[in-house]
Amino acid sequence: MGVGKVHRLGTSLKEGDVRRLRVGDVVYLSGELYTMRDIAHLRAIEILRGKKRLPFDLRGKVIYHCGPIVRGTEVVSAGPTTSMRMERTEADLVHLSGLRAIVGKGGMGRGTLEALRKFGAVYLEYPGGVGALAARSSKGVKKSYWRDLGDPEAVWVIAVEDFGPCFVTMDSHGETLRKSA
Amino acid sequence: MKSPMWLLMKAHEVAEALRVLETDLPRDVEEGLQGCLRREGGNSREVMKAIVENVRYARERSIPMCQDTGTLVFFVRCAERQSEVVDVIRKGVELATKEVPLRANTVNPFTRKNEGRNLGRNNPIVHFEGEACEKGKISMDILARGAGSENVSGAFMLQPDLGAAGIKNIVLEAVRMAGARPCPPIIVGVGVGGTLEWSAYLAKRALLRPLNERAEDPLAAELEEGLLSEVNRLGIGPMGFGGRTTALGARVEWAHCHTASLPVAVSVQCWALRRVSAEWEGSEFRILR
Repeated sequence: MGVGKVHRLGTSLKEGDVRRLRVGDVVYLSGELYTMRDIAHLRAIEILRGKKRLPFDLRGKVIYHCGPIVRGTEVVSAGPTTSMRMERTEADLVHLSGLRAIVGKGGMGRGTLEALRKFGAVYLEYPGGVGALAARSSKGVKKSYWRDLGDPEAVWVIAVEDFGPCFVTMDSHGETLRKSA
Repeated sequence: MKSPMWLLMKAHEVAEALRVLETDLPRDVEEGLQGCLRREGGNSREVMKAIVENVRYARERSIPMCQDTGTLVFFVRCAERQSEVVDVIRKGVELATKEVPLRANTVNPFTRKNEGRNLGRNNPIVHFEGEACEKGKISMDILARGAGSENVSGAFMLQPDLGAAGIKNIVLEAVRMAGARPCPPIIVGVGVGGTLEWSAYLAKRALLRPLNERAEDPLAAELEEGLLSEVNRLGIGPMGFGGRTTALGARVEWAHCHTASLPVAVSVQCWALRRVSAEWEGSEFRILR
């Protein structure tokens, strides 16, 4: 796989912004990331299914599969967690929340790939374990939600500048880097 | 709780060993990653550049290289007072969680409640090693095990007639199924023989051996070499982006087993093989790398 086209994007995205991205492209994000792991997915879906609103609006936003180390408002280390754990719930979250991009690592499955195609979103991978560099491109915690879930599982809104390289490994056209997904 | 003041080992020293563990990689692992960077191209190379730079930056800033600071596993050699040693280890873990800081990972398995201190029932994991140790001396190896790699590890009870080929196949299958999830390039720890739990313990202990040091036993060494070349033929590559390096090394530890059994455990380890050794002798505390 060669080095793809490089895009610099904000984090309030329109469908057209993500439809332009193709597998193999590289993205650098500036704006805000919402960290969401296993339990935050479950809780968000339950709320949205009940026709209620989330305390944070995800329409057009970027979620990050990450449980950061945080000290006050400082982000100490914040690499991605294994995305496959969220495979069971991700298609529903894409559908119900209107998010436009997911950042994680390790790849996702067919359910997510289909939701990305249908609703216009992308899956990006940030290098796994690269928590210190991720913290370097973060500008601190803006807000946090659902702290009752414990620090790793809470939703942290992290300000980032040139957060990357994020590799497009599943695009909105049904293409995936790993054919076995 | 009564103070273990008499012990030569102090909680802040355990915390210091944990800081080194989480913020700096052993040289053999860092060299392995640099070698991988030289071999790979395309986006796999971009991934490796980020990993190598991350290791350097984490060391420079003394911050955890990965936000998953893991479950902490201690392999301890000491001749006496083991329960007090466990107390000091627990205090050191609690201190490091605040000061390094570490992520609070430890939860109740049923309620999933996180008390934020990285302490719980039988956690951190402390193994007391069987080998002889002088009185007045304590030494330990510590591993930080992230969930990405722990979650794709496993133990299997093979039919003995499957032999060496069966061992190799089950390890390759585990690595193939794990794919990109454990953050390759990985290190493969394999435990052969013993019993169910002993094979898993050996697989983890295998990760303590340096990557540039072969097994002493010729059959174990042959298995290590065979596994490394076959794992690398899987082509998973850095972060599953494809390439020549899926593993930096394979390490095998073994024990004799029952005539009707062949336990095999695979401990898959992410690129961030965080291990450190520490020892206490007289009034002296040393961190060994």
